[in-house]
Amino acid sequence: MFAVENGLQGDPRLKAISDAIRVVPHFPKTGIMFQDITTLLLDPVAFKHVVDIFVDRYKHMNISLVAGVEARGFIFGPPIALAIGAKFVPLRKPGKLPGRVLSEEYELEYGSDRLEMSVEAVKSDERALIIDDLVATGGTLSASINLLERAGAEVVECACVVGLPKFKGQCKLKGKPLYVLVEPREFDDITLYN
Amino acid sequence: MSENEVKDPRIDGIKTKIRVVPDFPKKGIMFQDITTLLLDPKAFKDTIDLFVERYRHMNISVVAGIEARGFIFGAPIALAIGAKFVPLRKPKKLPGEIIFEEYELEYGSDRLEMHVEAVDSGDRALVVDDLIATGGTLCAAMNLLRRVGAEVVECACVIELPELNGRERLEGKPLYVLVEYR
Repeated sequence: MFAVENGLQGDPRLKAISDAIRVVPHFPKTGIMFQDITTLLLDPVAFKHVVDIFVDRYKHMNISLVAGVEARGFIFGPPIALAIGAKFVPLRKPGKLPGRVLSEEYELEYGSDRLEMSVEAVKSDERALIIDDLVATGGTLSASINLLERAGAEVVECACVVGLPKFKGQCKLKGKPLYVLVEPREFDDITLYN
Repeated sequence: MSENEVKDPRIDGIKTKIRVVPDFPKKGIMFQDITTLLLDPKAFKDTIDLFVERYRHMNISVVAGIEARGFIFGAPIALAIGAKFVPLRKPKKLPGEIIFEEYELEYGSDRLEMHVEAVDSGDRALVVDDLIATGGTLCAAMNLLRRVGAEVVECACVIELPELNGRERLEGKPLYVLVEYR
């Protein structure tokens, strides 16, 4: 579900957020129009809009845990967690987390990767939100959902700043709702001069 | 912080939330695990508040966070003080035009990258990471910022390992830490 479908139609903050994202063509390889959120982070007002919109949505949903996917999920997740009084749980590349971890493999275009979570991060009866900057195939988010569910948490929703249009409507990921702020920007002449 | 300063009462609460994991990632290293701090909303908030209280009136225009744990502390600080957040990243993650700095590891070296257009002269920068050990990464971060003409006002870390003398690598730049681990 996109923000515009859920009451934020015409909200000027969404345009400000979208305008602040830079499209870099053919990164990391030919054919990929990379949605660069670092330019959004250079705009404190737009960055704050992102956090405010997510906080407004989640502050009354009894979220006890915000899980952020390494590394860009570490930028958006902690401010949300702090504002809603939830714990922050980093979901990390292999070998980074000390102590006992759960590990979940997921597919890449070529090969696979793994995501890890500390087993002690999740207590019983946790209601979790998963955050990443962008959702494309949903592979990373699906792996994240698996990690949290294997640890016994209830995943309430997945949230991303940018998402492909296929996630409109009631599209779910592994049965979990997805909330997205904006669609990917197109690369055009305007972007060149941004 | 010096011995003469009265310690903020929030500091002890923060220190107790940091888990020390022996022999990670390899034997002999006492790993300072901040993930347990992040599991305590009050202690995490106290950590950010302490930094924000220090920096909100210092006219900081850029908070540079070192990948990846520097993102966790740097981004909330940037938001709270109204500064730009600039991620300093491992190689090949940033899509735009970058500059890089190499720094030494125990075996070999690594690189830190920054988007050139993110920062310029006239920016007053704060560098944030979870921990300072030898100071190699922070030094690389400072170099990146200085090369584009920014002024590095201070480096801020949650934890310092003073026995590794990282402070000396910062070439006189001030370092502010909340917790020391000896």
